[in-house]
Amino acid sequence: MLTLQCPYCGVQADETDLHAGGQAHLKRHGPGSSDDQFEDYMFVRENPKGVHFERWRHAYGCGKWFLAARCTATLEVFGTYPAQTTEPPQEIRDRISAKRPGWTWGDFA
Amino acid sequence: MSDAISALQGRTTLGEVTIRDAGLRGMITLRGDLSNTKLRAICKKITGQAFPEKVKIAVDSEAGIAWMSPDEVLVMVPYAQVTDAVAQIDAALAGQHYLAENVSDARALIHVEGAFAREVMAKLTPADLHPDSFGASDFRRSHLGQVAAAFWMVDADTFAVVCFRSVADYVHDLLVASAKAGPVGVF
Repeated sequence: MLTLQCPYCGVQADETDLHAGGQAHLKRHGPGSSDDQFEDYMFVRENPKGVHFERWRHAYGCGKWFLAARCTATLEVFGTYPAQTTEPPQEIRDRISAKRPGWTWGDFA
Repeated sequence: MSDAISALQGRTTLGEVTIRDAGLRGMITLRGDLSNTKLRAICKKITGQAFPEKVKIAVDSEAGIAWMSPDEVLVMVPYAQVTDAVAQIDAALAGQHYLAENVSDARALIHVEGAFAREVMAKLTPADLHPDSFGASDFRRSHLGQVAAAFWMVDADTFAVVCFRSVADYVHDLLVASAKAGPVGVF
């Protein structure tokens, strides 16, 4: 069972208290973008075995969206952080690097 | 005006752990900037309680303030005073960005009373209810069985559960089933 700490209320929230929101850190390409950019934004997703960044909502709790870094293979959670973040905080990246040296995810490493 | 009645109409199931309809309670959803001193002051004035820290509740018999989210508190008052309380909030926060809504009739309040009340609750929710992590003045929003619920401890052997009125029947039966199944002996 996956347990994530909500960064807003600090509660250790069980997976059943949460709602999964798909991949984190998507850059929106709207009007004025090329077809390729829009296709990437709309359809192309990471599907890693290993380090992954996701959006979650504390649906049965405070109702806030947040972001989580975890490993899809082991369910190890590297950390959670507020949704008002355009890229993973350095602290989280350092923690991942300590455990998964050489990791990459999209444009992040 | 017609007489208000609680969803469970006083239904009580006696047992080692008793599941009791706690009757009507004035409840106000108040959203806004929780660091706003005016907002904190009016909550204190209405309830006579100190403003709670996050995931905490300050409550004394029928009046209290519960922390619901970073921008929401649940203000509780005796049912008869709720209209007046909303008016007081509206007066105090006029011109500011906030929302105060009387949700008393959309909710049900159930008490779980008895020696192993903690286990009756813990069997139904994923929240950690170990005595070391959940005690007096703690407040948690989570789910009981299939439905959303919020709860806190009235005293060492009593939990208070708030749920939506429409699922009050389900929550009552769920708690009764959990109580009938007896203690687990984990805590």
